Amino acid sequence: MIRVRTPGLLTTVQDLGRPGLAHLGVPTAGAADRRAFGLANRLVGNQDGAAALEITLAGPELELEAGGWLALTGGRVAADLDGRPLPMDVAVRFEPGQVLRVGSVSSGLRAYLAVRGGIDVPEVLGSRSTDTLAPVGPPRLEEGARLPVGDRADGDPFRQVAPTRPVDPEPVLRAVRGPRDDVFTEEALRTLIGSAWAVTSDSDRTGVRLDGPVLERRRKVELASEGMVEGSLQVPPDGHPILFLANHPTTGGYPVIAVVIGADLPLAAQARPGTRLRIRFVSVAAARAARGGAGP
Amino acid sequence: MRLRPVGERALLVEVGELETVHRLHAALRELDPPGVVELVPGYRTLLVVADPDRAQLLDELAARLPALELPPAEAVAGEPVEIPVTYDGEDLEEVAGLTGLDADEVVRRHTEPEYTVAFLGFSPGFPYLVGLDPALEVPRRDTPRTSIPAGSVGLAGTQTGIYPTASPGGWQLIGRTDVTLFDPGRDPPALLGPGGRLRFTVAG
Repeated sequence: MIRVRTPGLLTTVQDLGRPGLAHLGVPTAGAADRRAFGLANRLVGNQDGAAALEITLAGPELELEAGGWLALTGGRVAADLDGRPLPMDVAVRFEPGQVLRVGSVSSGLRAYLAVRGGIDVPEVLGSRSTDTLAPVGPPRLEEGARLPVGDRADGDPFRQVAPTRPVDPEPVLRAVRGPRDDVFTEEALRTLIGSAWAVTSDSDRTGVRLDGPVLERRRKVELASEGMVEGSLQVPPDGHPILFLANHPTTGGYPVIAVVIGADLPLAAQARPGTRLRIRFVSVAAARAARGGAGP
Repeated sequence: MRLRPVGERALLVEVGELETVHRLHAALRELDPPGVVELVPGYRTLLVVADPDRAQLLDELAARLPALELPPAEAVAGEPVEIPVTYDGEDLEEVAGLTGLDADEVVRRHTEPEYTVAFLGFSPGFPYLVGLDPALEVPRRDTPRTSIPAGSVGLAGTQTGIYPTASPGGWQLIGRTDVTLFDPGRDPPALLGPGGRLRFTVAG
């Protein structure tokens, strides 16, 4: 068991979410940065998709009632075990009764804490993910909560620090044009790729809200609601795009000007408020090729 | 039929009308194409989302789509589900005022048609229904409510719907039902699926 002494700003249980239920209005949810989440699980020898904790900006204080292994990945964060500084991106052994304190995320936005065996809260619709948009899955961590640890480990803990890329303070996200690029003016498309977009403070797991020049529409038609994917750059009537993350709604009524490619979604998930990001267009083929060489 | 790429792992299939969306959805559910993880209907589109590791399979599917045989509309729609409603919503009198009808006539016109579930969205199990009597078209409330109880039945524009779970919302509330529309412990978790039909009745 893990006992929550303090929950931090927003700490949730996440796994790979609930794909396959979007036609019933159930968001996929799951970890926002799948790359950092996957690395945390691999480091402690967990199966893919074992549930871990997603930590947002300010971390929790946790009492580890039994001994085991943990790994901390993603956004850079200072943490200690009973006062001893904890390295990131490596499996670390802990003893029964030790207290883990996770501080503030200093670069990036979200850190991931995997415990060997996985967080074993009950599954809801095939996932242990906290849905932050819909009332599905376990609640966010609260003071005094106790989290069971499961047995979803099938490898050895990895005791060497895994190489990771530093968080880019001005990330460039690759995107495929459309599906509704024809709703916008050519000028709007040039503006999308020619501007620096500031991440605003009302961003969350649903989407990264971007401030910058207004993206003008060619025509004023109302779009009939249609299905949405993670990475969609949806443009509401105010002209400021919202980049959908893992907990996006299943359908939406605003046109999607472009879709950020899967390989760059982890960069979007780590873009903290104030970050200035840029968009660059790539082809579908280039987007698929990028998936293979994405790195850790 | 027009296909639009959505990033590298999804296709938006535009078919023009809702009935064709539901027939295509049924055909693809039956076909169960390899690599496809989501089929999401909208009013005039079906979104096909592939597993990121098998996204290239979408190209084969895209080539097959125009020749795909669709089931007839009658085979897609199931039996209508009855939703008993207690018509005592907070906005019923206001809706009566806005439409120029009296409350009884609002109820009569709301229980008259058979509705089709266009698609689900906004929140899990939330059905967007088509078939509303145009006389019942009213604007959304100027200020959305911060919490609307589960089971509330509302109106907004050309839409009527039911809130499956408590949530904020701006629709005009005309009644409530005890029917559970969404239960994560049930399989399937949503009572109504895309293309399903329903009727509202006056709860006795």
